[in-house]
Amino acid sequence: MASVVLSEAEKVYIVHGIQEDLRVDGRGCEDYRCIEVETDVVSNTSGSARVKLGHTDILVGVKAEMGTPKLENPNEGYLEFFVDCSANATPEFEGRGGEELATEIVNTLYRIFSNESTIDVKSLCINPREHCWVLYVDVLLLECGGNLFDAISIAVKAALFNTRIPKVRVLEDEEGSKEIELSDDPFDCIRLNVDNVPCIITLSKIGCRHVVDATLQEEACSLASLLLSVTSRGTLTCMKKLGNGSLDPESIFEMMEVR
Amino acid sequence: MAAIEIRLPVARKPVVQSLAQGSDKHLVAPGDTITTDTGYMRGHGTYMGDEKLVASVAGAVERVNKLICVKALKTRYNGEVGDIVVGRVTEVQQKRWKVETNARLDSVLLLSSMNLPGGELRRRSAEDELAMRDYLHEGDLISAEVQAVFSDGAVSLHTRSLKYGKLGQGVLVQVSPSLVKRQKTHFHDLPCGASVILGNNGFIWIYPTPEQKDEEAGGFVTNLKPVSLHDREVISRLRNCILALVAQKLMLYDTSIVYCYEASLPHQIKDLLKPEVMQEIVLETRQRLLELEG
Repeated sequence: MASVVLSEAEKVYIVHGIQEDLRVDGRGCEDYRCIEVETDVVSNTSGSARVKLGHTDILVGVKAEMGTPKLENPNEGYLEFFVDCSANATPEFEGRGGEELATEIVNTLYRIFSNESTIDVKSLCINPREHCWVLYVDVLLLECGGNLFDAISIAVKAALFNTRIPKVRVLEDEEGSKEIELSDDPFDCIRLNVDNVPCIITLSKIGCRHVVDATLQEEACSLASLLLSVTSRGTLTCMKKLGNGSLDPESIFEMMEVR
Repeated sequence: MAAIEIRLPVARKPVVQSLAQGSDKHLVAPGDTITTDTGYMRGHGTYMGDEKLVASVAGAVERVNKLICVKALKTRYNGEVGDIVVGRVTEVQQKRWKVETNARLDSVLLLSSMNLPGGELRRRSAEDELAMRDYLHEGDLISAEVQAVFSDGAVSLHTRSLKYGKLGQGVLVQVSPSLVKRQKTHFHDLPCGASVILGNNGFIWIYPTPEQKDEEAGGFVTNLKPVSLHDREVISRLRNCILALVAQKLMLYDTSIVYCYEASLPHQIKDLLKPEVMQEIVLETRQRLLELEG
């Protein structure tokens, strides 16, 4: 993950400030920075979104393509995630530097969406066992300013909300072979229901307290962080611990009560 | 649970044009012709192309008698002798430290340009070289003055005064070097209760005012005691004010920062991060500065 180098005195200042619930930019421990969400930014995708959270800038594009369903779930479509850490974000991502971070983000996204209630994948099925919609979700990290996972989850949710999947009709021939007809009207499409798509909240432990939406400097002072993905109904779909420090169970329960 | 405000999309308002009089600056973009008169000498930021003087950077044209140069608006720091800079140590080498100052090349702080603890005056020995890392290691922030500029543009620093040296607790704000106004002094003790160092390289250091002014040991002893909540609030507010001034492209100097701080007092510190509040306080600051001038 991109990081800044801080002097000892700066770290001490940040940690003491958080103990007193006053972060460097005046926020409390549970305040987010200004988030800007823009949808429909990329024209040749089925749906896209751009999220700016402080200095973090994420661009997500969703492309809907026809494919065959997976063997274990023949009646459902599925989502494929791909993350690209652009070298624009930090020089560390040049070449293959960003791959480790990218695989970590992709695995987290798969885990979050592994729950059936998040997205109605049955609606993505056209012909059981033969045709289904595959949604390729591409995430591009334009700038790294701390709190990547939260911004990515917001961007993915916004892009899925913006996705327009064309309506198809299945025609049966006399011999039994099926033909798929795409409707001519470009506005005749189905939209996905993203009410249950979860959002990630990252809680970073700094000193004895935990903060939400850490900046790069605060991430440099934190020992460990907990990643929780929650839906609007309050169901927890995934929990993950990042970082080298240790979190004892009581602090985990404390953190979970924040949201 | 903290509620998050949601606002509907609103078109971004462009930065308000400066209402200052007498600012008929000739602004150019790369490739613009400055003049076709061949009698001028060309300075930085220009080149000769097709019998005319063309700008190579985006900025304002400055003319001194026969010399024409273009001062770029957004650039890396270009060192001049006598500038105060705030930098971060990136490497510890044999007899020098490499300091990052937002310039094209890392600046150099030689061991011989650094004061020894206690203010001794002697030739630096091998033990001093080995003890270099004890004093400044990677990541430390220092304030220094530019001693010389090498031919390739690299800057050589010195901390040969008690007011320079390693910096303790505080907040660093990074802005573009062209927004820091050149003044007689860059160390300011603001009336609101904090002190600020406006580095010419765009690094601004905000720190709590130390109580004992006479005990400036040149930064050999770092004070790691917790800073009081009141001081922290002042520092956070100053940081947000400076970011607001930078967003609206106002020059940074002690008066503008103080006026902006006073204009921001009615708002909560975290509200200063919102774009509308930023515009409001900077507009008020701009008006007060105009009143001061005229």
